[in-house]
Amino acid sequence: MTRVMALDGNSAVAQAMRQINPDVVAAYPITPQTSIVQDFAQFVADGLVDSEFIAVESEHSAMSACIGAAAAGGRTMTATSSQGLALMWEVVYIAASLRLPMVMPVVNRALSGPINIHCDHSDSMGARDAGWIQLFSENAQEAYDNTIQAVRIAEHMDVRLPVMVMQDGFITSHAVERVEIYDDEAVREFIGPYKPLYPLLDVDHPVTYGPLDFYDYYFEHKRQQVEALRHAKGVIEEVGREFGQKFGRRYGLFETYRLADAEVALVVLASTAGTARVVVDKLRAEGIRAGLLKPRVFRPFPAEEIIAALNGVHAVAVMDRSIAFGAMHNGGPLWLEILAAAKLYRLDVPIVNYVFGLGGRDVTPEQIERAVRETWKAGMLGKAERIVTYLGVRGDENGRAEMENRAVALGDFRLGPLAADASAGNGHELVEA
Amino acid sequence: MPTPLSIRELAQREDRLAPGHRLCAGCAAPMIVRLVLNAIDEPVVVVNATGCLEVSTTIYPYTSWRVPWMHNAFENAAATVAGIESMYRSLVRQGKLPERNIKFIAFGGDGGTYDIGLQALSGAFERGHKFLYICYDNEGYMNTGIQRSGATPYGANTTTSPAGKVSFGKAQPRKDLTAIAVAHGIPYVAQASPHRWKDLMMKVRKGVAADGPAFLNVLSSCNRGWRQEPSETIETSRLAVETCYWPLFEVEHGDWKLNYIPKQKLPVEEWLKTQGRFKHLFTPENRHVIDEIQAEVDRRWERLLRLAEEAPRATPVKAG
Repeated sequence: MTRVMALDGNSAVAQAMRQINPDVVAAYPITPQTSIVQDFAQFVADGLVDSEFIAVESEHSAMSACIGAAAAGGRTMTATSSQGLALMWEVVYIAASLRLPMVMPVVNRALSGPINIHCDHSDSMGARDAGWIQLFSENAQEAYDNTIQAVRIAEHMDVRLPVMVMQDGFITSHAVERVEIYDDEAVREFIGPYKPLYPLLDVDHPVTYGPLDFYDYYFEHKRQQVEALRHAKGVIEEVGREFGQKFGRRYGLFETYRLADAEVALVVLASTAGTARVVVDKLRAEGIRAGLLKPRVFRPFPAEEIIAALNGVHAVAVMDRSIAFGAMHNGGPLWLEILAAAKLYRLDVPIVNYVFGLGGRDVTPEQIERAVRETWKAGMLGKAERIVTYLGVRGDENGRAEMENRAVALGDFRLGPLAADASAGNGHELVEA
Repeated sequence: MPTPLSIRELAQREDRLAPGHRLCAGCAAPMIVRLVLNAIDEPVVVVNATGCLEVSTTIYPYTSWRVPWMHNAFENAAATVAGIESMYRSLVRQGKLPERNIKFIAFGGDGGTYDIGLQALSGAFERGHKFLYICYDNEGYMNTGIQRSGATPYGANTTTSPAGKVSFGKAQPRKDLTAIAVAHGIPYVAQASPHRWKDLMMKVRKGVAADGPAFLNVLSSCNRGWRQEPSETIETSRLAVETCYWPLFEVEHGDWKLNYIPKQKLPVEEWLKTQGRFKHLFTPENRHVIDEIQAEVDRRWERLLRLAEEAPRATPVKAG
């Protein structure tokens, strides 16, 4: 029987892990993921799961142990954040290249430096080309639902890839929400038993995992990873449909809100989509036909489908909670993907980027509203005034912040140049002159 | 009854490491691997850190391994084997897999063990996974072209501790990893050398029978890095032991035992002079380095004698 519980995102994911009952969990604590590991350790201590829990000495070893465990031939999970994911980086690639299904909740937190514990997406975006499937969640319910579906997606015989399930650090992970927790048996029925492929523990049929692979085969093996990711898209949709039939909440590649007749679209990942809906409603009430597209699947990126959904809009504002440093205009990775997809699938409208919320900085409805209004105007004019805007940052929103950086480094928070910018009407809400 | 460790019996067995691999002629690593795997009657799963052994035995689409084998990365063999061993325990406990008494073995060179892999190794020791970690210690990063490691001896000429006009080679003594392993309080730790093959095989048997982690440090001569002839592998190994540079001992639950005491402890020079990597030490201005190496060997040997409660009470390994 489905229970309605008051849970934060981490507790909801821990509940999913309890129900999934993995054969091995290897994990290392890191803020803000920690309570997932703590909850799970308690489930083990209370005998509520059959899992072997390996409290490893680092995230590198967490992922390494998961790789060993998955190759051994059983269901495997870990969870991490930020620096933990960065430390895993080397082996994150290996997990995907060995085609080992496993599920890793990632509680998004800004990468050092400087050190920060709050939400942005720089950690999972740093691993976006590692060959994993990446699912973003807006709230605790989605984090829970995605974790359950991720098992099916990862283990599908046409996929056999690891899956990251993201939620926003603190914003989702530590905020208590209403979450529907499904019946344990129903979840176990949905995910089914684990089917190992070439398990190392089948000692009568020895296999060699991770051989030296030179120019004569390496390329084909990379190509096979791509095939698996191609298959993944259909499998994600199929699992999302089946999940909807069983539990009443259907999932696709992305979610739209009032997008069908929209003239301006906002694209944003994860928890910010909730705020964005409020803004869409407000602008609609004022006569601006705004709509929202919230990607759920970032890898494999559903380019064609997203552009098809955006077809008809006059302009798109893509909001990124991370920077692709040194990429075009120092924009964000989501924007770069959508821009490329628009070129390929012929969506010829202004597509601008708003980078926001780095290091956990709050993004307000007013800021999002401003972004949509500016973009709507760009759509009307057929031309954007500004391509990339850093929303809610001190200093020049185009990213030219050398003066301000120096001021901050010198401990001078009067930020003289800011005041000048503010008077020029660039809107610096954060100025404390 | 375990298979007796006699040449007659062992010759009957199919090697678990197939011939045809690309390791150098004279490399001690495949000798060690064959001895290790042939010492074990039970099924095994092997994990291999990045290194010569890994790259030379599994050039896709070929493999020399007739047992389940996995290479993950350089520094994580111990974490990887911990994951496999944990999965085994989990599946057996849940009744999803029959108990087969599988033995879990990890091989790493000294780079993957003393240096980059030490954290993962220490973690796996502390957590008490049931596995035997075997370091084939050739005293340097030989796979990448003879660079110094934490296991490279004082005075050795390597490409990153080169001897030169103002340098006598590596300026630091080697790390005593075997003692570090002992300090973890794991059930079984030992040192071995391929030239005393029965001793090595007995230690492998004790290691895999231990109720917890076991560590075996095996000196593994490398003719490329040590600058010697491929035919000299076994003789050099023997001299390392006869000079007490590489003592053969074991530590069972904290009890130190010497397994071999040379009738006559040879000067360390006898070992050094077999290898080109020490050639530059045999000059008047570098004589002090040899003396310092001798002093360090003597100091460690004396300490070992004390730990093993004096020579007369030490018990050599009885080979079956």
